[in-house]
Amino acid sequence: MSVHTPHPDLPPPLSSVGFIGWCRSNLFSTPMHTALSLFAMYLIYLTVPPIISWVFLDATWVGDTREACASSTGACWVFVKVRINQFMYGFFPETEYWRINLAFGLLIVLGIPLFLKRFQHKGKLAAFILIFYPIITFQLFSGGNFGLTHVETSKWGGLSLTLILAGVGIVASLPLGIVLALGRRSKMPIVKSVCVVFIEFWRGVPLITVLFMSSVMLPLFLPEGTNFDKLLRAMIGIALFQSAYMAEVVRGGLAAIPKGQYEAAEALGLSFWKSMGLIILPQALKLVIPGIVNTFIALFKDTTLVLIIGLFDLLAIIQQAFADPDWLGYSIEGYVFAASIFWIFCFSMSRYSMSLEKKLHTGHVR
Amino acid sequence: MADEKRTVSEPAKPALWRRPAVRSVFFQILLVAGIVYFGNTIFQNTLNNLEQRGISTGFGFLDQEAGFGILMTLLPFDETHTYGRTFLVGLLNTLLVAGLGIFFATLIGFVMGVARLSRNWIISRLATIYIEIFRNIPLLLQILFWYFAVLRPLPGPRQSLILNDTFYLSNRGLYMPSPVYEQGFWLVMVALGIATVASILIARWAHKRQEATGQQFHTVITVIGLVIGLPLLAFLVMGMPLSWDFPVLQRFNMAGGMVIIPELAALLVALSIYTGAFIAEAVRSGILAVSHGQTEAAHALGLRPGSTLRLVVIPQALRVIIPQLTSQYLNLTKNSSLATAIGYPDLVAVFAGTTLNQTGQAVEVIAMTMAVYLAISLSISMFMNWYNKRIQLVER
Repeated sequence: MSVHTPHPDLPPPLSSVGFIGWCRSNLFSTPMHTALSLFAMYLIYLTVPPIISWVFLDATWVGDTREACASSTGACWVFVKVRINQFMYGFFPETEYWRINLAFGLLIVLGIPLFLKRFQHKGKLAAFILIFYPIITFQLFSGGNFGLTHVETSKWGGLSLTLILAGVGIVASLPLGIVLALGRRSKMPIVKSVCVVFIEFWRGVPLITVLFMSSVMLPLFLPEGTNFDKLLRAMIGIALFQSAYMAEVVRGGLAAIPKGQYEAAEALGLSFWKSMGLIILPQALKLVIPGIVNTFIALFKDTTLVLIIGLFDLLAIIQQAFADPDWLGYSIEGYVFAASIFWIFCFSMSRYSMSLEKKLHTGHVR
Repeated sequence: MADEKRTVSEPAKPALWRRPAVRSVFFQILLVAGIVYFGNTIFQNTLNNLEQRGISTGFGFLDQEAGFGILMTLLPFDETHTYGRTFLVGLLNTLLVAGLGIFFATLIGFVMGVARLSRNWIISRLATIYIEIFRNIPLLLQILFWYFAVLRPLPGPRQSLILNDTFYLSNRGLYMPSPVYEQGFWLVMVALGIATVASILIARWAHKRQEATGQQFHTVITVIGLVIGLPLLAFLVMGMPLSWDFPVLQRFNMAGGMVIIPELAALLVALSIYTGAFIAEAVRSGILAVSHGQTEAAHALGLRPGSTLRLVVIPQALRVIIPQLTSQYLNLTKNSSLATAIGYPDLVAVFAGTTLNQTGQAVEVIAMTMAVYLAISLSISMFMNWYNKRIQLVER
């Protein structure tokens, strides 16, 4: 009896593996997909090469004057280059730029350990950043003592102002949002309804009307003679507005904590604030970090609205640069520059929040 | 052991200030007192300040003559109309841009959301790129870009980009023919109304019959036939009572037709593209939320792919999509207030801008503006609650 020896396996047909196979299954699987793919390729062919040549190949990078761009058909990055300091630092005196650099450098140095797994004192460091760092930064920006010259807030501007507005918004809205969220879940009817009304009010109106209100109405509310800085008024508006959104995010985290945790804290005899501070909030806040990052992204984009009440954030300072008679007609370059800066910030933050979400959602991995 | 006394000591009553009920009342009284004090201070300060500046309070200014013109109005408006009328005009313009924006954003969002899930690699990549780019750039920047970098530099009316002698695109806006309703058009509208009512009745009847007997009825075809056929019939019977008013190029500007002013166009394009990216994400998450087992089960029951999508996947996906969708609609409506940055005459630009500056009635104007947005958002969230209750899964 002969032993049956099967033939060796045939290799898969060439048309179903490798590049061709990939194309067949991903691009040309049906006539309709084929048509769609070809149309998309045509679209890419129409748009991408001109954009690349405008942005890179035909663009002017060197020079200091408008004449440098006269002959080219591409983007004139010289416009951005000669004004880059203004775009970054606003009207801050040039000799004092180091103060802004120092402030943001300090933030980066302080922030790095937060992302290191091995670092032990994350909570303490975060508390330091949230409480003391803003004071240091305010000193650096505003000056007035320690031998630093005073710089008025009207001279703050550019990207640094955008970052300050976003930073203040998040730092001020977090504690307020936590209090509001706790209030909304409170069993005391009056406390609860006050919080609900507050949250729904701010969430129901557009930020512009809030900014209008803070710039037009706030002076009316205060006793005669109190004069408030325009920037501070905007910050108050942004912080109140943002705290309502933050409260909803925190509330989501509080609701996600199992009831047993609340009951266990009560059974241990902890007071309300102790059980919140030691048991519930540490867990809830950790859960909602992605949500907080997402509200921060929204806030970061919303800071551009201060343009309307006449503060010079990154977008506003670029917008006013278009009015320079020496540089008329380069608005597209300016907008593309601003858009790419905002995009880099927002996109990297959203990726970060997504990766966090994945890390925290270990229970549902399929 | 009867004499052994078990003394169950009555738990000592806690001191008054330690009892939860007492504390809760105390804190709430404190809160109310604080709010009343705060509100009163603000009220007094405001009254004092207004008196100092010589601004009268109250809503009397609404009846005064406005004395300024508005770029685009849906109601007849000129300088002699009142401030109250500016409020209405602004409100209508806001609703117009919000309504159109919602329509286009939904369209873009659904197409892009489905495209992102497409099996076609290149299509899904393109959709991803669209979503990631436009979601992460501030809306105001996009509005300014479309207005100042794209639409304003367009050539003047004399060098308009002309399509087919009907559409003229220039820096004055997009001119297109406007319909002129002649005598007898009312019958077409009546026919449309009758067709709509009949369609609803037929759909209900067909649904009931299917529930009872299992017999299906070609509702979709019947409804399409009714809604298109009946008005068409009326249109033909009345001798086509509709003509078009074409825009004509004149010495300096265009005449006739209707126009989409560049401010509206820029706002609309930016709002639709920006919100569309968010809606696409909502659609994608909704479709992904329906587990694949549902599709497989439907196939196993013998449903065809079209019916599977219509009867099994979409109803379940909508449960996830609709709440996110309404919140995006709400955002779009609120974001339409950015119109003020490019001068589109919406509620904020006209009323909280020009009217406020002319009258100085900051408190009343801002309060009215905020009330409008609050009313819109509260009614939408009321709808949401109703909807959520309706579609809530009935669990065993």
